[in-house]
Amino acid sequence: MSRFELISKLCSFLPHNAVLYETEDLKPYECDGLSAYRQTPMIVALPQTEEEVIKILQICHATKTPVVARGAGTGLSGGALPHNEGILLSLAKLKHILEIDPVARTARVQPGVRNLAISEAAAPYGLYYAPDPSSQIACTIGGNVAENSGGVHCLKYGLTVHNILKLRVLTVEGQAIEIGSSALDSPGYDLLALMTGSEGLLGIIAEITVKLLPKPEKAQLVMAAFNDVQKAADAVANIISAGIIPAGMEMMDKITIHAVEDFLHAGYDLDAAAILLCEADGMTEEVADEIQKISTIMQDSGAIKISISRDESERLRFWAGRKAAFPAAGRVSPDYYCMDGTIPRKRLAQVLRDIETLSAEYGLRCLNVFHAGDGNLHPLILYDANQPGELEKTEAFGARILEICIEAGGTITGEHGVGVEKLDQMCLQFKSAERNLFHAIKQAFDPDGLLNPGKAIPSLHRCAELGAMHVHRGEDKFPTIPRF
Amino acid sequence: MPKAVEHFIHAINAAVKNKKPLYIRGGNSKHFYGGQLTSQAYDTLDIATYSGIVNYEPSELVVTARTGTRLVDLETILSEHHQMLAFEPPHFSENATLGGCIATGLSGPRRAYTGAVRDFVLGVRMLDGRGDDLHFGGQVMKNVAGYDVSRFVTGAMGTLGVLLEVSLKVLPLPSMEITLGMQMKESEAIDKMHQWASKPLPISATCFYNDNLFVRLSGAESAVHAARLKLGGEEIKQGKSFWQSIREHTHPFFHSGGRLWRLSIKSSTPKLLLPGQQLLEWGGALRWLASDENLNEKAIRSQAEAAGGHATLFYGEKSSAQVFHPLTTYMMTLHKRLKQKFDPAGIFNPGRIYSEY
Repeated sequence: MSRFELISKLCSFLPHNAVLYETEDLKPYECDGLSAYRQTPMIVALPQTEEEVIKILQICHATKTPVVARGAGTGLSGGALPHNEGILLSLAKLKHILEIDPVARTARVQPGVRNLAISEAAAPYGLYYAPDPSSQIACTIGGNVAENSGGVHCLKYGLTVHNILKLRVLTVEGQAIEIGSSALDSPGYDLLALMTGSEGLLGIIAEITVKLLPKPEKAQLVMAAFNDVQKAADAVANIISAGIIPAGMEMMDKITIHAVEDFLHAGYDLDAAAILLCEADGMTEEVADEIQKISTIMQDSGAIKISISRDESERLRFWAGRKAAFPAAGRVSPDYYCMDGTIPRKRLAQVLRDIETLSAEYGLRCLNVFHAGDGNLHPLILYDANQPGELEKTEAFGARILEICIEAGGTITGEHGVGVEKLDQMCLQFKSAERNLFHAIKQAFDPDGLLNPGKAIPSLHRCAELGAMHVHRGEDKFPTIPRF
Repeated sequence: MPKAVEHFIHAINAAVKNKKPLYIRGGNSKHFYGGQLTSQAYDTLDIATYSGIVNYEPSELVVTARTGTRLVDLETILSEHHQMLAFEPPHFSENATLGGCIATGLSGPRRAYTGAVRDFVLGVRMLDGRGDDLHFGGQVMKNVAGYDVSRFVTGAMGTLGVLLEVSLKVLPLPSMEITLGMQMKESEAIDKMHQWASKPLPISATCFYNDNLFVRLSGAESAVHAARLKLGGEEIKQGKSFWQSIREHTHPFFHSGGRLWRLSIKSSTPKLLLPGQQLLEWGGALRWLASDENLNEKAIRSQAEAAGGHATLFYGEKSSAQVFHPLTTYMMTLHKRLKQKFDPAGIFNPGRIYSEY
């Protein structure tokens, strides 16, 4: 079917302002949060109801037109990068909170609802939605499910996959199916887990039932400065070993501390090689207890300075610096590139040293912010896209960082997804039999490969081309030490 | 590659060649659970000998073990480091293995408050129906590279492959744990459990049976003491053994009828009006029904569905009733397609979930 025919078909049931096809109208949709990759979609559709989404899918299915779903477009891996011969399906207008059940502590929402809007709507009942990606004021819950988003509190409260109960999914044929249930489990295979983090490749999420948690009575933060990254990393391990699961535990390296302090004047110690922020939450009595224990462990681990938030405003001020890491990077450099590897925590100091070496090798500065509790590293490579060749150099540096993460026994993406950005690294992390199974799963849902084609799972061809670099995770990397 | 894995691959290849299914067995502790193998002729694939801890770093909160590892051995090692499997998997026998725990996907009393088996699975190593040795997920807390196959195969009753190794997130043992008991009617108990759950209290298990509500509090001493004052009730001295009896089904209730049904439903559902005795767990989200053989399967399933959930025949004669809740036609087709992708020849545990595959 021609582009023109497709447009007229869509216009037959969608309002005219919900079908975009003029070049200047398509422009805002040509990239998501990863602006280094751009592609103009053939058409953008902005449905307002599930029925409209179903009709769009039926047309795409009948005409074999690719469909790329998009929420707020805040994704950092190019997962919502449009297809030049496809429809960009924006779900941003499906933004109703359909039901809040304060007794069963659930919320049923449409995919275009913003993450933070759920917690705001639940607040009158003393409840909230736990996963809190940094972009939570803007990002949508549909996108969160597609990416299995985390946040700073996920060591204690889990990722998106741990905090949803049920999905209403539209299949590529436009059929609505229920995955999961109002109960805590469902018969048959765990399709809820398969769907979460599938980056829009298996179905279109039309409705989400999330779990709501009671708001903690109190939250308090310990901020500790260290003159050595290793000591800060040891402090993290010591806190966990003491049986404490902090609500949040974040680390910043020296270059980040300086960038943030110049920007915000949050009172961070400029002599520190690393700053650790560790939050306790829960009942007032237990928070007091835990904060005491955490401070003692920080002290024993060699902290040079410890501050404990005295009230809510101070707690938020301590956090502000960490949350401003990205804007601060934007202030000291025209562009930055955010990586997302996860490593076993014990390898942190080594990995940071390796990144420092690479930073010198490539002549590019790199800030490191780190979800220390769960080993999720976010190196921010600073570059200038206007300098010829600098983006390519940055991508090469980023690729090396991800390879280091794989070698350290970790993964190339902790929460941002593969998208288009990390396809090459997928060839390194997974063997061909594993990638084949991924393709087979995709086929079970979408035999024609219409949903977000070319994302998340690299083609066999692409990996074959990378072949020479191919390194498998061998068994020798994880020495087997039978204990009994 | 370890000899045992070579042997498993050989067995898979032979099964495909001879079109003779494999019955995957760990400690044989949960053979009663699920459907019967649809094939009369099959070979047993014993994984119990493939055991041992592969990697355990208490400060990483991650343990990786071979699936033949006995649960009791794994839990002993974890407890030596003051850690635990927070989903409290039922053993049902001292021979229960990690593999069986993952394959059945069963979780114990703590489930509603801390999470299910699948919530703690971080990665798996498995053999698929082609005999390919596959790794999914990993040993880190956050990992979104590729589809979440590790959680997908959890609870699949061995129908998607032979699990070889599993990495799990572990949690610290609570420093204090007490159990409170209070007398009340079921409707009041359901209300109470919901009122408490909407407050930040360190509740780790709830159970209602025979007009008694039992609540377990776990956590820091300060938290447990403070919560105890808020909740009221009497402290039960034998709390530990009580929860053990619920987790392991040694409590007499579980064997009081000809059949035991497991109804997993929306927690706030009012008292279910079904003949037989009931025991509630998970803040109301799990209702066990001990009934006689004559009770209509349809009535149970339709009540479970109306309550937003599903029903499973847990114990009892299975010839006259299906074990797991039937799927819609579309879902069954999708299940069969997925099964076929993992196990093209259909050799793994056919019939252990549904007779269709």
